[in-house]
Amino acid sequence: MTPLVQVRDLSKTFDVSAPWLNRVVERKPRQFVHAVDGVSFSIERGKTLALVGESGCGKSTVARLLVGLYQPTRGDVQFDGQPTDAAQNAAGVRTLRRRMQMIFQDPYASLNPRWKVLDIVGEPLREHGLVNMSSAPAGARGADALKAKVGELLLSVGLAAADVEKFPHQFSGGQRQRISIARALATQPEFLVCDEPTSALDVSVQAQVLNIMKDLQRSRGLTYLFISHNLAVVRHVADQVGVMYLGRLVELSDKAELFGHPRHPYTRMLLDAIPDIHMSGRSRTPVQGEVPNPLNPPTGCAFHPRCPHANARCSQERPVLTVFQGVQVACHAVQEGRI
Amino acid sequence: MAAPLLEVKNLRVEFPTRHGTLLALDDISFDIAPGEILGVVGESGAGKSLTGAAIIGLLEPPGRIAGGEIRLAGQRIDNLPYEQMRKIRGRQIGAIFQDPLTSLNPLYTIGRQLTETILTHLPVSAEEARQRAVRLLQETGIPAAEQRIEQYPHQFSGGMRQRVVIALALAAEPKLLVADEPTTALDVSIQAQIISLLKRLCKEHGAAVMLVTHDMGVIAETCDRVAVLYAGRVAEIGPVGDVIHRPSHPYTTGLMGSIPAMDEDRERLLQIDGSMPRLNAIPKGCAFNPRCPQVMPRCREERPELFNAGPTRAACWLVNESKVNA
Amino acid sequence: MAIVAAVIAALCIFCSVFAPWVSPHNPFDLATLNLSDARLPPAWLEGGSRTYLLGTDDQGRDILSALFYGARISLFVGLASVLVSMTVGVGLGLLSGFVGGKTDAFIMRVCDVMLSFPSILIALLIDGVARAMFPNAHDELAFGVLIVAISLGGWVQYARTVRGSTLVERNKEYVQAARVIGVSPYRIMVKHVLPNVMGPVLVLATIQVAAAILTEATLSFLGVGVPPTSPSLGTLIRVGNDFLFSGEWWITIFPGAMLVLIALSVNLLGDWLRDALNPRLR
Repeated sequence: MTPLVQVRDLSKTFDVSAPWLNRVVERKPRQFVHAVDGVSFSIERGKTLALVGESGCGKSTVARLLVGLYQPTRGDVQFDGQPTDAAQNAAGVRTLRRRMQMIFQDPYASLNPRWKVLDIVGEPLREHGLVNMSSAPAGARGADALKAKVGELLLSVGLAAADVEKFPHQFSGGQRQRISIARALATQPEFLVCDEPTSALDVSVQAQVLNIMKDLQRSRGLTYLFISHNLAVVRHVADQVGVMYLGRLVELSDKAELFGHPRHPYTRMLLDAIPDIHMSGRSRTPVQGEVPNPLNPPTGCAFHPRCPHANARCSQERPVLTVFQGVQVACHAVQEGRI
Repeated sequence: MAAPLLEVKNLRVEFPTRHGTLLALDDISFDIAPGEILGVVGESGAGKSLTGAAIIGLLEPPGRIAGGEIRLAGQRIDNLPYEQMRKIRGRQIGAIFQDPLTSLNPLYTIGRQLTETILTHLPVSAEEARQRAVRLLQETGIPAAEQRIEQYPHQFSGGMRQRVVIALALAAEPKLLVADEPTTALDVSIQAQIISLLKRLCKEHGAAVMLVTHDMGVIAETCDRVAVLYAGRVAEIGPVGDVIHRPSHPYTTGLMGSIPAMDEDRERLLQIDGSMPRLNAIPKGCAFNPRCPQVMPRCREERPELFNAGPTRAACWLVNESKVNA
Repeated sequence: MAIVAAVIAALCIFCSVFAPWVSPHNPFDLATLNLSDARLPPAWLEGGSRTYLLGTDDQGRDILSALFYGARISLFVGLASVLVSMTVGVGLGLLSGFVGGKTDAFIMRVCDVMLSFPSILIALLIDGVARAMFPNAHDELAFGVLIVAISLGGWVQYARTVRGSTLVERNKEYVQAARVIGVSPYRIMVKHVLPNVMGPVLVLATIQVAAAILTEATLSFLGVGVPPTSPSLGTLIRVGNDFLFSGEWWITIFPGAMLVLIALSVNLLGDWLRDALNPRLR
């Protein structure tokens, strides 16, 4: 069974050079940021892959590459066996758009403040012609159908059908996020990309939204790509977890394996760094250093300046994500059996 | 028992608005012992940042303290004129805010900002102030402190800047440090570093800390005691282990249950239906009653005080009932 | 305060728009003019008459009626030129901010160039060119030329403001959400971004109406504005200026006061309009 989503060697490089005039006058070189550098993974139907990492690791860029907000510099994305790149698949891309949608992090910026909820959630329906707007007697019947459909969607995320007439500022953060989810579900997609959907929410509201997302996944067989920096949340929602650092995937494995037996030194460091509410008294290795400047990444393995197990090879040769004891790890020390 | 360093008694903070007066903090009371770390936790709108602001004396007008008192080492500080409060701020109370970007003046070197603080509050010479500044930077783990002291804030990364801010806050040897979400804007790995730094430094300098945050994990790691705020009132207060693992107030129980745990798998997270009431729509009686799974008729009428519930105290009629029936 | 301003504005505008019906006289109908009534002072001064409430000018035209007719012309020119410059400016600003790249750079350079010319100079230039190009048809085209001349100096402000707001809105997540849904860039620009950048535009527009009216008044004062057959407030001020020193101050002061009143009220109206259109404050 082909995985629903397959990503191969996905890369995105941003040109952040100073303007031409500045470069000429000040003799600065061109500068690039390899926001995503050779990422590969696949997601099975009905499952959730979580991508975790700290700021600047490229996980949000991966999310945007998948839904087509950015074009990849290299590599490709396949959805249900078909390429998502418009150049290769102009006809099919529009249908693909219907089958995958995205939920964003900021509940306050992801809804147009001047539009009513009816229009916000109804936009995908209108855009893809999913509600028969032209049935006679023309306007009224179509508008009613739209309203009914939007009301249904709102109910499915725990809001009231009457909320269609309201504006976003009349809702709380958690409710707005639910409206975003309703909008994403309008085209009945199979795949949802969720970019830190609960990071801006309070803990109790986060619980509500996560529960809804899990319920919807079960009832509709949805596949999720879940981006987050919060490992506890990831543990709750994911089936598979990928850890990213400076644009590269350093570990990719099942949730249980990752949390129970983390292999990559960065994963271990991340897990150790989480403040533990249950104070289980784990021994923790102290964390060193900070994420390097993406404009000037370290040579070889990006993590080697902070890694307690780095050797000469680590500073020269970039490790490749390979399978090791059932998980995928990009680390020389692990592959050599040193740790 | 030593006398408490900070005593907050029946603090009320209100905001006069066009549509009436909003009560943002309603009868808040707690103490902080010298050298203790007290966490003040709550969700958005609970009033935790306001509490910190009221104590430091930086309430934004039209907000004002409308009742109660705040005492620092026995002396009242909530009714002091601006000049006197300014002297106390920095010397006796240090402050750390959330955003390291805006906490430092981008136009001055950090060395200048540090020495300025030290010279304002301590009777030392300029040379000694500089030496103290370098020592502080070293203590906060900034490498090559002697050279970096001449740099500007934008030349430091986020985590480094927060360390500088901590150094700045401790520069005048305050007895109390008010930290408002000091790690929220930082990456997870840096958070851990800053938390352990804060703990260590405060123990070494003998400063008490009031740590305001919404992150229970940070509270669990750092604090000795914790106060849980809800809708401008204290819902529960007590030693951190007891509040987290054996909460008495239904809100605290719900809150702890809704946090995903690192050590167990749960199908669904416990969720508290509804949301925190807005300031202009706080229910009669107990503020939590519309959302409480164990609500009683009394809860809708009378507001509970903080009752003893074993090692903690909770503002809940259930606690009172069980005591009465016990 | 706002209500008082709104009432005054409404009154002025109402009277101006319905000038032919509201004015006690028609000052431009030569048949009704009576030279013997010329240079009469306002009604409350000695020598004045109730028929001519604010006095008359040297041709026997009633000042009050002339005010209404003149304001009408001024308002018309002001509104029309703002409409034109708003359309051009907002359109170019949106395009510039949304598309970015070379288009953006080009439009912004054009803006910079335009800003280095004073708007009066531009208006004079256009007018001179038009006169040279159409020496005979000048009177009919005068309004069109005037409107173009004034709007040419004004569109840059809109473009700049809208471009800034567009740049901010473009990166917001609701725009990204629309892109993910598959909405065309044109539709996103017009239906999503435009409503959110219009706030400052409306305030700017009302300030500009006042400015346009004043520019037009200046041009008419200089004699290169509206044709003399349909005098605006500016023309009236100019004409009346000659009589200032002979003691007949009312011929120029009242049109001046009317101009100030209209400009002020339009500004206040704009503030109210922006708040009224903000869904957050409903």
